[in-house]
Amino acid sequence: MKAAFIVCAAALLAACGEKPQEVKGVRTDLPPYQGTGVASFTESGWKAGDKDGWANHLKARATYGMNDHVRAPK
Amino acid sequence: MARMKFICDAERCIECNGCVTACKNEHEVPWGVNRRRVVTLNDGVPGEKSISVACMHCSDAPCMAVCPVNCFYKTDEGVVLHDKDICIGCGYCSYACPFGAPQFPSQGTFGVRGKMDKCTFCAGGPEEHGSQSEFEKYGRNRLAEGKLPACAEMCSTKALLAGDGDVITDILRGRVISRGKGAEVWGWGTAYGNQAKQGA
Repeated sequence: MKAAFIVCAAALLAACGEKPQEVKGVRTDLPPYQGTGVASFTESGWKAGDKDGWANHLKARATYGMNDHVRAPK
Repeated sequence: MARMKFICDAERCIECNGCVTACKNEHEVPWGVNRRRVVTLNDGVPGEKSISVACMHCSDAPCMAVCPVNCFYKTDEGVVLHDKDICIGCGYCSYACPFGAPQFPSQGTFGVRGKMDKCTFCAGGPEEHGSQSEFEKYGRNRLAEGKLPACAEMCSTKALLAGDGDVITDILRGRVISRGKGAEVWGWGTAYGNQAKQGA
């Protein structure tokens, strides 16, 4: 009984913990063409780490998505 | 690749605030903080003009120049980002920015200490790409997902353009040619100079 109470109390109190907030210095950021590693949100058509492929993909996306002059019938 | 830039075509913007909503939703920006907003001149008067404004990711960014703790950095794509772990929330960047881009929340996860928040060009921040900590501090990293900023991709009239500077200027140039006018466009004279009458 006592052991069960301790286990339950420990489990409940674990939720009260704080996330670590250590001070960090100046950090560098990875380039965006390295990808996020989250496949479900990543657009297909380029491979993570392929800088030219990423740039071409964004260029095609902007051209198709934002330039309605090339999409409208002539 | 050239630098990432925003352009707002004032001839198309209809002040729907779709860009503002897209930004708020994509990054779960807290109440009271507006990374993007629509500014209308001569509101209600025939000929009113609206533009969508956020951080313009300046080539020679004044916020970077005045920051006393040097928390800003610029990516290879020309996106101006900052480190919220270094920011002290002094507000100097807010005074320096000609667009009013830096925002200072007064509540929320990072607002309790008044850390500055601004448009990231949907490029996240100095955290692991796609991580929870990056999302909580800076929002989604759409650029690393192979996408362009949500505000521009959601723009219903395609007034707001975002992406490689060379690509979006080509798009705008095509529009100006198609309209058959250029120097009359609002803001054109300010940027490039002309003899046309300056309205608004």
